[in-house]
Amino acid sequence: MSIFRLCAWLESTRVAAAIRVSTWLFPTIETIHVLSIVLVVGSIAMFDLRLLGLSSRDRSVTEVYDDVMPWTRSAFVCAVIAGGLLFTSSATKYYVNVPFRLKMLTLLLAGVNTAYFELWTRRGIAAWNHATRTPRAAKLAGGISLVLWILVVAFGRWIGFTKQ
Amino acid sequence: MVQAFCDWLSNTPVSLKIQTILWIIPAVQTVHILCVSFVMASMAMLDLRLMGIAGKRQPISRMVDRFVPWVWRVLLILLASGAILTIGEPGRELLNWAFRTKMAMVATVSLILLLVQQVNKRDPKFWENRRIAATAVGVVSLLLWVGIVTAGRWIAYV
Repeated sequence: MSIFRLCAWLESTRVAAAIRVSTWLFPTIETIHVLSIVLVVGSIAMFDLRLLGLSSRDRSVTEVYDDVMPWTRSAFVCAVIAGGLLFTSSATKYYVNVPFRLKMLTLLLAGVNTAYFELWTRRGIAAWNHATRTPRAAKLAGGISLVLWILVVAFGRWIGFTKQ
Repeated sequence: MVQAFCDWLSNTPVSLKIQTILWIIPAVQTVHILCVSFVMASMAMLDLRLMGIAGKRQPISRMVDRFVPWVWRVLLILLASGAILTIGEPGRELLNWAFRTKMAMVATVSLILLLVQQVNKRDPKFWENRRIAATAVGVVSLLLWVGIVTAGRWIAYV
């Protein structure tokens, strides 16, 4: 079964129909999506800025990490659930939408960047946990993350202007 | 009267430029959303700290000193980007009750934030010593911030 066929099936479900037909369901789910995203981006930016050595320099990297990550994770889960519902309501239209595809690709790249940081860069953290000048790998992780999440927001906004 | 102002504004050269150069509005909205991200994350953390729910490692006064000056700066950018969007599409904002509600909430939460900051300056232990007042302020503030984002999104639907 092709992805397009899967999208067509998703669109035909009762949930999808309910969202399309209602005057308030889509805006409400979208609002939850936006609230979740701004919390993800805002919290992850705090950590990225610490990795770049640009803010919260009086706090250790792990301190910022421990404060921020619970927010990032739970808000991300909310964003995905809400986003999934939005997608379902017009799956075939979103699937072929270029900014939507770019947003998904960017999310994937952000995931890869995060995984690399978690699995590799974070291992040696004891050595630079309190440093204001963090190692290059940490700076790259933070910088790439910031750029990618800014792009996620930009592509997401662009969907609204191009979706049929 | 507002309608007449909107009609006039939407025909000025600046407004027409914003309307016709197609990437301006999405780009400015993106900046607006990124600024909202910064404010929401900071204020969610501060409000939950005031409510005593999260971040108890840091004293409230430290959080206020850390976040609030930046929130003011970013609020300025939000006002500027919002102004550009309003100049580009005056009626979409100024004649919209979701927009007006949003701006009323922005004004209210700004006053609350100013209060929190000024009180903290005079007595850094003030909010630590008054759990109930701090919780009340945190709850109201958080509700307003969530309300602002909600009203902002609903401008497009009302």
